[in-house]
Amino acid sequence: MNAIVTVVGKDKVGIIAAVCNRLASFNVNVLDLSQTILQGNFTMVMAVDISMATEKMKTISESLDELGKSMELSIRIQREEIFDAMHTI
Amino acid sequence: MLDKKDILSTIEMIDQQHLDIRTITMGISLLSCADADPKKACDKIYDKITKYAEKLVKTGEDIESEFGIPIVNKRISVTPMALVAAASETDDYVQFAKAMDKAAKACGVNFIGGYSALVQKGMTKADEKLIRSIPEALATTDVVCSSVNIGSTRAGINMDAVKLMGSVVKQCADLTADEDGLGCSKLVIFCNAVEDNPFMAGAFHGVGEAERVINVGVSGPGVVYHALQSVKGQPLDVVAETIKKTAFRITRMGQLVAKEASQRLDTPFGIVDLSLAPTPAIGDSVARILEEMGLETCGTHGTTAALAMLNDAVKKGGVMASSSVGGLSGAFIPVSEDEGMIAAASKGTLCIDKLEAMTCVCSVGLDMIAVPGDTPASTISAIIADEAAIGMVNNKTTAARILLAPGKKLGDTIEIGGLFGSAPIMPVHTESSEDFINRGGRIPAPLQSLKN
Repeated sequence: MNAIVTVVGKDKVGIIAAVCNRLASFNVNVLDLSQTILQGNFTMVMAVDISMATEKMKTISESLDELGKSMELSIRIQREEIFDAMHTI
Repeated sequence: MLDKKDILSTIEMIDQQHLDIRTITMGISLLSCADADPKKACDKIYDKITKYAEKLVKTGEDIESEFGIPIVNKRISVTPMALVAAASETDDYVQFAKAMDKAAKACGVNFIGGYSALVQKGMTKADEKLIRSIPEALATTDVVCSSVNIGSTRAGINMDAVKLMGSVVKQCADLTADEDGLGCSKLVIFCNAVEDNPFMAGAFHGVGEAERVINVGVSGPGVVYHALQSVKGQPLDVVAETIKKTAFRITRMGQLVAKEASQRLDTPFGIVDLSLAPTPAIGDSVARILEEMGLETCGTHGTTAALAMLNDAVKKGGVMASSSVGGLSGAFIPVSEDEGMIAAASKGTLCIDKLEAMTCVCSVGLDMIAVPGDTPASTISAIIADEAAIGMVNNKTTAARILLAPGKKLGDTIEIGGLFGSAPIMPVHTESSEDFINRGGRIPAPLQSLKN
């Protein structure tokens, strides 16, 4: 089961490392990662595999949210299907 | 991998444009709960609702956190209570409303709809008892919603029921006078009511429906408004195309959530209701969409045309996105629940007469309009009759949800709070309709040919 992690906020050192570390602690595997600076904002989109995750999606989501707050970023994880449904026929 | 731009645009829709699932509504048939002993019937009602909808709220919350999409309301609709209560030997129907209220609270849902009667052609004894009990039922419960269908294209309009409803609305207001007539906001009077509507206050589970079913209502005026900002000044066919594309996306999301909820609750999926349901939040308004199309204020000349196009484009975009579309499906124009409508009504541009014209081309009707507290019951009945006539002749659902505000007059505003918002008191014609309403009887069903 795949999910999409999005990270948006002010650029600083160590964002990717922190997010990947946090995901790794839940045994979430990163499949793909793309990152740019969009209109001055750090913007990262990751595709991850959550089928082997050690915790439920809700716990992972809360943990990422807490990490986001501590780094002044918006971090969210959502099931991939929602983006598929909205943007592909 | 998915296009990054698409992913970020979805995030922006949820974060900044108020994209959400307005409601997951579980319809439950209560026909099996009829019992000659009213107390037993109430127990059966409570047991059945709490058994079927036990996991509704939890499932909604799980989907919300996994998909990252807000689901604002979780609701229950049940079989019109007049049909269930008819078997019971009692005159006290309020106990059925209380059983619904208790069951809904036990399940943790926001509202339960179905304290209803269908009287488009005539009233049974049970229908009349239920209708007369509505004011007390709404005043003594918190989450029960009520609706009465008083007309249809096939049956015409039951003017005896229309007359009765005028005084019921008035009593609803009187019994909840200390809350600005809150009871009125939970009572909808329909013509051509639909059986699978997930939206409150008019939701009920029709007799043609399955044992239980999941219906989903989407929302997204903010997303449409935002999309239209990218086609400023362009021809209206471009605007329509933009609305269609946006509606498609919103509905696809609704369909996904509906399917997921139906699977997890082991309940058949019913319909997705393609409605643009506004909220009082800034940027979530249908009126502002119409203004974005080029109208200075919603309610001015051109509003009906703009709304007709919006309503049609939403349906065209949504129909392809869902396997089953139903409910009310269209743009809602509840005055108190729409920040732009409130502003237009306060300014005096949006009046009841214009709203009535607007309801000819959109869903649903004269919704959440506040009228002065001294408005006679016969005038309220006449407003209901006008609205029902539009539905009857045009073969569409129309409704009236009139907020009679005790003690309030023109220039005042009532605060209902939450998603219900606030409403400026709107002027009504002071000339009497009493003799017309007092005639009673029926308006015969209209001819279905020679349409002009």
